[in-house]
Amino acid sequence: MLRVSNGLGQRPSSGGFETASWYFFRISGILLIFLVIIHLIIMHVSNDVACTTYQFVTFRYANPFWRLYDWLLLTLALTHGMNGLRIVIDDYVSSARSRVLLLSLAAVLLVTFFMLGTITLINFQPVAGAHGATCLHS
Amino acid sequence: MYKGQSGMWSWLLHRITGLGILLFLFIHIVDISLLGFGPQVYNDGILLFDSIIVRLLSLALIGAIVLHATNGVRIMLIDFWSKGVRYQRSMFVVVVAITIIAFIPTVYFVLAPKLFAPVVAWFFTIKTH
Repeated sequence: MLRVSNGLGQRPSSGGFETASWYFFRISGILLIFLVIIHLIIMHVSNDVACTTYQFVTFRYANPFWRLYDWLLLTLALTHGMNGLRIVIDDYVSSARSRVLLLSLAAVLLVTFFMLGTITLINFQPVAGAHGATCLHS
Repeated sequence: MYKGQSGMWSWLLHRITGLGILLFLFIHIVDISLLGFGPQVYNDGILLFDSIIVRLLSLALIGAIVLHATNGVRIMLIDFWSKGVRYQRSMFVVVVAITIIAFIPTVYFVLAPKLFAPVVAWFFTIKTH
């Protein structure tokens, strides 16, 4: 089961939080490869970014599948990335006080951005009759 | 020997690209949250991504993503494939090669709408006056 090391006594040989993190990196990584490549093809190949307008989102999010898809992308990318940041902080910040401070800050960032993204995805309701331009031309 | 070898560079590139992608993810969550402010505000935000400078940054981002993803596969092969450790160095060469090869069509897809579309539009526009 998940055991968080307190740094005292023998290191757990397996099954600790770091082992779970190790597996999580790999599982989320494999899923992200597919999710991100499809996302990039939709936004940069089959459409141009100049056409990924409010109207485009309205059509896309009419189907709950794409909301779920984007939420999965948000959740996996954010947790995978923040877990990476956690390891970078552990690697370079040697003072325990600064480390706790920065890790706490990272945790707050994770929760804040996860909530912001999730709320945006759930809350989106197109403004009736005012979808704006199909493509932007500057 | 580890310092200065391919293992060090793949580790360093994985870390730098990962942090760069995470930074973009924060920006991206904020720009998508503009949806809540209606079409005018959201489209003004998207207009930023249409500019040539941000398109070049997007290219750098996509390059970083492809490198991070292929190197991630390399790491998993080292972990789970019995011959992974033996081929780790040649796999790093493959990682860099895939990144460069995938980058070429990406440059076209990301920049072409901005570079060629105005020229094409100008060429085919029927002058009515």
